Amino acid sequence: MGRTIVPIGPYHPLQEEPEFFTLTVEGETVVDIDVQLGYNHRGIEKLSESKSFDQTTFLVERICGICSTSHPFACTRAVEDIIPVEVPERAKYIRTIIAEGERIHSHLLWLGLAGHFLGYNTVYMWAWKLREEILDVMEILSGNRNNYAMFKPGGVRRDIKTEDITGVIEKIDSIVPTLEMLKKAVIDDPVLHARTKGIGILSKEEAINFSALGPTARASGVARDVRKDSPYGAYDKIGWKMIVTQNGDVFDKAVVRILETFESIKIIKYCLLNLPAGEIDLKLKNIPAGEGIGHIEAPRGETFHYIRSDGTNRPVRHKVRAPTFMNLPTYKATVVGETISDATIILAAIDPCYCCTERMAVRTTKGKKLYNGEELVKLSQAKTEKLRKKMGY
Amino acid sequence: MSLKLKALLKSPWVFHLSTGSCNNCDIEILDCLTPRFDIERFGMLLAPSIKHADVLLITGSCNRQSVVRLKRLYEQAPKPCLVVAIGECSLSRGMFIHSYNCPLPLDKIIPVDVYIPGCPPKPEAIIAGVVKLIEKIKKK
Repeated sequence: MGRTIVPIGPYHPLQEEPEFFTLTVEGETVVDIDVQLGYNHRGIEKLSESKSFDQTTFLVERICGICSTSHPFACTRAVEDIIPVEVPERAKYIRTIIAEGERIHSHLLWLGLAGHFLGYNTVYMWAWKLREEILDVMEILSGNRNNYAMFKPGGVRRDIKTEDITGVIEKIDSIVPTLEMLKKAVIDDPVLHARTKGIGILSKEEAINFSALGPTARASGVARDVRKDSPYGAYDKIGWKMIVTQNGDVFDKAVVRILETFESIKIIKYCLLNLPAGEIDLKLKNIPAGEGIGHIEAPRGETFHYIRSDGTNRPVRHKVRAPTFMNLPTYKATVVGETISDATIILAAIDPCYCCTERMAVRTTKGKKLYNGEELVKLSQAKTEKLRKKMGY
Repeated sequence: MSLKLKALLKSPWVFHLSTGSCNNCDIEILDCLTPRFDIERFGMLLAPSIKHADVLLITGSCNRQSVVRLKRLYEQAPKPCLVVAIGECSLSRGMFIHSYNCPLPLDKIIPVDVYIPGCPPKPEAIIAGVVKLIEKIKKK
């Protein structure tokens, strides 16, 4: 059978960054995948060298809008590793609260988009409506919906007011019933089972070989989480459990994310109720020469920052490794062998920092057939519809 | 006002284009479409293709790879095409003004009708910006 090249991207109408995939397909089956990066390059590592240590946090915050806590968190930890210094307890707790709030909104965002790709627009609207509540909480705590600007080397910029805490806890409690409902809607839905179970399987060996991170690895049975492996912030003082599932398919990746949301709510509530008193900032003056690393668990996996200082107020070298960089190659294992209508959800399943799956174009080698992104999503949604009818729902 | 513009104002379809942004503005645009803000009430719909769109929502700092594609997309857009720059990056490149990969601000590449500042602008600001765009055209 003739091979067909399917270019996906770089622009697509739904959301997020441009990204280019080339799928090689035989009939309906994907036999190879290639990824091309660089549509989003802004030269952040180089720019960071022209910013002072206090300013770098604002810069790295803008690497990714959804990970706007993980990058400054890792960056400040890298700077603190140069000295080395421990931040005050209260700052640690506040950092943990902000990081977990981000995890909840990121996972809900993913859940909504995954629902949309599968033709469940109700899940999309519910998840994003719920996400607004979390963004409100973040606005109360940090003053902004995204880009919280809470982090600085040596502590946090903004304290959590005692009078805010009760209101925030009430608000977080109020979303739990809706979240439970959403969990049931996703986990107990037989059509979603048929659509996502056994699709895009990443086995445990492959997850280890590809060095997969975060929920992608945990869904494949690899218990890998920086929050447990080398605790930072307040994670070692809180009782929470790592969610690990065994199958590694799209369904398990969704389950890991949904259950993690509940853990995050637990962590936030614990931190707010047990917020220690004291300073929030060390007021660091000079950063000595040396090098430091900071790694934290972002919603998508481990974010890693390396900073070298020569004793001035600016980094000489700043290296950033985002989790998607490690998770992208797993496509080789997950997408290959699946059908094109499943490729949409599998590409989305690792929660990449871009979601190019919307604007695809399928072109046969003869250039006769042409699908755009909308048609491909329709193809995916039609498959769900077909399954639903077949199963009698 | 031409008939085309008059008809366009009833239900402006928007196309969203990210030219190297950090996702935040893009997500806030999507937020506008979800239940809390729901701009579909005003007839605004996210068009899947530039060829169906009346309004171009541009985010991001226009990096070298995107500039070529941005120009091509603008050429493909049916005219009149209204351009809205969303977020600090597309207004002035913001934090990335000294970056080697962001050579030009958006309004030096294609004409821009409305600027919505913010990093990222809140959905309220985006809705207000689009309303201003509609008022601006009505006055023409």
